[in-house]
Formats: sequence, structure tokens, C-alpha cells
Amino acid sequence: MSQDHSLNPETMPQEPEKATLEGKNKFLGLWFFLGGETVLFASLFGTYLALRNSTAGGPASTDLFGLELVFVMTMLLLTSSLTSVYAMYQMKNNNFKKMQLWLGITALLGMAFLACEIYEFYHYIHEYEFTFRSSAFGSAFYTLVGFHGGHVVFGLSWLIALMVRNAKRGLNLYNAPKYYTFSLYWHFIDVVWVFIFTVVYLMGKVG
Amino acid sequence: MSIAAAQKKGFMAAVWDYLTTVDHKKIAKLYLFAGGFFFLLGGLEALFIRIQLISPENDFLTAGLYNEMITMHGTTMIFLAAMPLLLGLMNAIMPLQIGARDVAFPFLNSLGFWLFLFGGVLLNCSWFLGGAPDAGWTSYAPLSIQSPGHGVDFYIMGLQISGAGTLIGGINFLVTIVTMRAPGMTYMRMPLFTWTTFVTSVLILFAFPALTVGLFLLMFDRMFGAAFFDVTLGGNSVIWQHLFWIFGHPEVYILILPAFGIFSDIISTFSKKRLFGYTAMVFATILIAFLGFMVWAHHMFTVGLGPVANAIFAIATMAIAVPTGIKIFNWLATMWGGSITINSAMLWTLAFIPSFTIGGMTGVMLASAVADYQYHDTYFVVAHFHYVIVGGVVFGILAGLHYWWPKMFGRILNETLGKISFWLFFIGFHLTFFIQHFLGLMGMPRRYWVFLEDQGLDNGNLISTIGAFLMGIGGLIFVINIIYTSVKGEKASADPWDGRSLEWAIPSPPPFYNFKQTPLIRGLDPLWIEKTEGKGKITPAEPLGDIHMPDASILPFIMSFGFFVAGFGFIYQVDHSGWLAAIFIGIGIALICMLIRSLKDYHGFHIHKEDLEREAD
Repeated sequence: MSQDHSLNPETMPQEPEKATLEGKNKFLGLWFFLGGETVLFASLFGTYLALRNSTAGGPASTDLFGLELVFVMTMLLLTSSLTSVYAMYQMKNNNFKKMQLWLGITALLGMAFLACEIYEFYHYIHEYEFTFRSSAFGSAFYTLVGFHGGHVVFGLSWLIALMVRNAKRGLNLYNAPKYYTFSLYWHFIDVVWVFIFTVVYLMGKVG
Repeated sequence: MSIAAAQKKGFMAAVWDYLTTVDHKKIAKLYLFAGGFFFLLGGLEALFIRIQLISPENDFLTAGLYNEMITMHGTTMIFLAAMPLLLGLMNAIMPLQIGARDVAFPFLNSLGFWLFLFGGVLLNCSWFLGGAPDAGWTSYAPLSIQSPGHGVDFYIMGLQISGAGTLIGGINFLVTIVTMRAPGMTYMRMPLFTWTTFVTSVLILFAFPALTVGLFLLMFDRMFGAAFFDVTLGGNSVIWQHLFWIFGHPEVYILILPAFGIFSDIISTFSKKRLFGYTAMVFATILIAFLGFMVWAHHMFTVGLGPVANAIFAIATMAIAVPTGIKIFNWLATMWGGSITINSAMLWTLAFIPSFTIGGMTGVMLASAVADYQYHDTYFVVAHFHYVIVGGVVFGILAGLHYWWPKMFGRILNETLGKISFWLFFIGFHLTFFIQHFLGLMGMPRRYWVFLEDQGLDNGNLISTIGAFLMGIGGLIFVINIIYTSVKGEKASADPWDGRSLEWAIPSPPPFYNFKQTPLIRGLDPLWIEKTEGKGKITPAEPLGDIHMPDASILPFIMSFGFFVAGFGFIYQVDHSGWLAAIFIGIGIALICMLIRSLKDYHGFHIHKEDLEREAD
């Protein structure tokens, strides 16, 4: 393996994220990690399903959820997944500037999602006095949705650190896998949200 | 870094070397010594339990201290002794068996170890800070919610931190085996120990997150006022049992499968035969792992899940006896007609087969849901799981240590001492636990602090305690053997056992880059093939060239220390909100380390071809 990891359009491999052994390992390692994350969220969903009607006389899901906000949040996060796909497309074109641009849009959409979620929690706590401690349903709701939100926060920090660090260095075989694994992680967060949207909000509205 | 300079080092330099190492062989030694220390600690706790039960209505321990003792014995033995010892063997041997120079993520390997160690230390700090956890190693809610003091909090934070380390280790092994096998090392040419490492890592990956969630729920209830297990606010304590056993049952296989791998390699080597039914062994391993996820509720037959659930879980549990039986018969058939050498490693292996089979048989008895109502929470269960975990896992670890010690440390463990410790431990083991089946059938419940006189339990308990002391002496002689060997032991050649797999093709102990040239694999038991059909040594797959090695780093240690500090913060913020600062500082340290790791380039270094040529073979 040569010390020079920089890419130019003539010598760029087809899949820069998997061109080195380190890259291949990172790619596969992240997939395995997502396998573990799946069990983590499955356990949280199981807990939520067991406790979603345990309101202890407090507000129930039918009183709380408004699908308008949740629809906006879903659109924001799904779109951010799409923009991260564009970014990876630009990575394979070796167009670093456009990749950073699409990732920047991804980060903004992610932050907008997070702002909506914070507003949502604030709203539940102040309008309905529905808290983490008010009922088992409350604990399960905030834990499941909060774990997802925590993953979004971690993903955003990861993305911003990557973008800032590499802003002046450009794309090379050392950081291409780092970008690619981020995009995989971001898609996973998106998939989890689709399940939250269905299991928590849609099923919660039905009652 | 020149190779000669690395050998002249002071004590502090050696300590620094181990704190920052990313070499899988050194991390393996760290795992072995930390795991061995916790094993002695857990053994001491076991002896205290047995002294308390030596006679009826004994008052050697108070009731509260007894609860702490049984909780810490179980937790320590499972999480801090058996698993790290196995992870140590996997780390030391698996990369050698597939012809790799290191694992896929050397940095994460080190991080996994330090997280485990700091988690274990945090858990044991509880002894000095107001009392250890006392809700049993299973920490069932609502008992664990009600338990006063901070004991259970230490359990939660300690296991959370060390569990994260184990998960990291599992992912690392998986990727290593998928991407870093030498040319020609196909999946179906991997030694059984590598296979079981692979399958065990899959189990770790899919089982540990369930424990992570369970521990989070318990933590939120105890430390932040959540209501998961609080029935007055609609909580449900059975959720803990499900999450714990969705993790806990695969955990049993996480422990036993690597031991199966160790025995398979040992039996094949010392019978001078190819492993009988290799393919069946591989698929039996995978089948056990798969079924292992389908049976968690057999720990919960008496909870009242209903006859349908109980019946399904009972049948699934009994089904596990089939692949396990396949393995037992394959081991026997491997030995059949073989040219058998009996030494310490082989003695532990031979003792394992009947001991584990007894444990498996009582397992099938316990799988019967109706009968389980009688056995549940009695000493019958205690006897059963000690037969599988001591008779399987501990025997496996000790066999593996005897077998691979020369490869890891370059010296052969003393045979005489090895045999003495084997016979004492083996006899002591059966003396301790065989009688417990009958104590259980006569109605002695587990976890009770005292038993009454003249209930037919006096002699059995006395015998059991005598056996425990024999085990203790046997274990001690093993420790003496290690010390004796490291001072006076016989130097090991590269291949002291006339071995079959790749690790015996390189010097003992191996150089830090393992293989000077990546080996070419021509079949199952690659070294044996070269011995019988080739030139007697492995053909290289590449010309001699520069070797790329990873950078050492102190970050994993500091990062784990950060989580350790945060652990204390979480535990004590309940008493005083000032401790919240410890959470921020601890997590802050860990996050800054992650950021440094992410922002800095780590390109590793190269060992140059000329330096390698200068090294004598």
C-alpha cells in the first residue's frame, strides 16, 4: 500500500470506499455494527409495544400525537437520506466540492429534524405534562424516540467533524471509507425512523 | 521502529507498551491476566458461599453479605472471568490460525479490552463503597429496583461499560475473519476454533444489545425516575426478564462454543487425526447458535407465559440436544482409531466429555416445562449450570491454556503440576456439584442464606463444601504452575505438539508481525498437509516485502477511563446533583478522545524488507 492516498480522476478506483483493506474493514464493520443496532432498536420497540397503553391515567397516544409535525419530520429525514445518496454519487465522480455541498444539505436537514423533535418533546411536556416520569408509556416513548434522536445527534457530530476535517484535504482513499460509512449509518437512522413513524405515531393515532 | 531496540526496555516502558499496545497477542495477554485475576476473585466468593453452607444455620456470613456474595460470584465469573479468558484465547490464536498479521481493527481491540477492565473495576469498587450488588446476577426487577444503596447501580454501570467492550470485540473478530484470511484459507478450511470464534462473535453482536437496552431501562428507573418496572405507573417487570434472557441465553452459547472449538482442535491434534465430521461440526455450531436465540423463555417457565409459549420453548430447547449430540459423537469418533497422546490439555478434554454430557442431560430434563416447576430455583439448576459452565467452559479454558501456552509465552506448562491440578480440580468439581442435583431434588432452594438441620441436607452440603476446597487447591496449583513455568519452564519449539493448524508454523512466541510472508493455504489442517505431502513447511503466498503495521495508541485507555468516571457520576448524581459534573467530564473525555482519533491521520508504519531479512528464522 502506498503512502500517497490522494485521488485523481485517472487513477481513481471504481469504489474508493472499498479500495483499501482498511476501507473494506470499515465498510464491513459498520454493517455488522448496524446489525447490533437493529437488535438494540428491536428491544426498544418491544418495550414500547408492551407499555404503549400503560398511561397510568395520564395522556394517551391518541391525545398527544399530531401527524402534521410528524409528517414534516419524516419528510426532512427521508430527504436527508436522499441528499446523502447524492453525496456518495459525487464521491464516486471524485467531485469533492459537490460531495461536501450535498453533505452540508444533509446536515441542515438533520438539524431541522432535530429542531422539530425538540419542539415536539417541549410541547408534550408543557402542554400535556407528559414526561419521562409520568407513566410507563411516557418512559417507553421518550426512551425509544430519544434513542433515535440521540443517534441523529451523534450522526450530525460525526458528519460535521468529517466535513471540517477534510475541507482542505480533499477526497482520498483514507477518508473515502469514513464518508461512506457515515452515509450507511445515516440511512440506518432513516430506516429506524420509518418504523417509529409507523409503530409509534400511526399506530398511536389509531389507538 | 527497529526490532532490536524494542527488546531493551525498562519497567515503565513495558507498562507504557502494554497501555498503548494494539498488538492482538499483547491484548490477549492482558485479557488472560485480567480474566485470571477476576477468576480467582470469583473463586474466592464461591468459597465464601460454600463455607456459609458447610453446616445448617451457619452464621459465617450475614444474610445481606451472602446476597452480595452470590450476586458478585455469578456476575464476576460470567462477565469478568469466563468471557475475557475466552476473548484472550481468541485474540491470541484466531489471527494466527487464519494467517493474518493482526485483527481488522487493532485500535478497537485495545478499546474493547480497556472498556471491559474499567467496567470490571467499577463493578468491584462497590465492595468498598457501601456494598456490592445483591439482587442476583440476573438482577430481576422489581427486586433490583427496590434494592437499597448503590450496589445495583454499580452492577448496571459496570456491565454497561464492559458489555460495550465485548460488543466491540465481537465486531472486530467478525470483520477479521471475513476480510483477513490468507490466500487459500476458505471458510471450510478454517480450524474449528476459528469457526467457533466467528459464530460466537455473531452471538455477541446480536445478544449484547438486548442487555444494553435492559441495563438502560434499569438505569433510567433507578437513577432518573422512569417507570418501566414500576407497576403503579403501568410498568411491567417481566420486560426485564425477557430482555435479560434474550441476551442471557445466547450468552451461555457465547461461553460454550469457543470451548467446543478448543476441544475440537485439541482432540484432532492429540489423536493425530483430521477432525471427524468437520462439516457436520461447523453446521452443528451454526445450528446451536441459531437455536440459542429461540429458547430464552425456558428460563421463565414459571412466570406464567401460558402453556403454548412454554411448550414451544420447551421443544426448541430440547432440539439443541441434537447438534450438541452430533458434536459429542464427532469428538469420540475423532479419537477412535487415533494415535492418542494423553497430557494435561488432553486430560481436561477427556474429562469434559462425560462432565458436559451430564450437564446436557440435566438440561434436557429442565427443558421439560412441567418438570421445571419442580426444579425451578432449586440446587438442581445450580448443579446443572455448573456442570455445563465449569465442566464445559472452565475445562475448555484450562485445556486451551495448556495447549496454547507454548505458542503465547514460548514455554511449556509443567506436566506434573498440570496433572496434579487437573485431578484435584476434576474430583473436587464432581464432589461439589454432583451431590447438588440431589440437594435440589430434595427441595433445597438456591440463593438461600441458611438451611435447617435434619432436613436431609446436612451431609450433602458438607460434601459439596469439601469439593469446593479441592477445586480451590487445584486452581491454586495451576497458578503455581504458571509461576513455575515462567521461571523454570521448558522452552517451547515452534511446534511442540506436532500440530496441524497454521499457528504452529511460526515461532513460539510469534514475532509481532506474525507471518514474515503471508502463507498459502492448501487445505484443512494446512501444516499437516505440508508435513505429510509437502516440504514440511508452509509455502509463502507472496515474496518478502515491507509489512504495514498499525500505530500504538493511549486513546483507548483514556477513553475507557472517561466512561469509568462518567459511571461514578451516573451512580452518585442520585445523591447529589454535583456529581452530574462527573458525567460531563467523563463523557467529555471519551468524546474528545473519539474526536482526536477521528481528526488525526493514523497511517501506521512499515517494517522494512531489509530488517526482516536480517532477522534469523
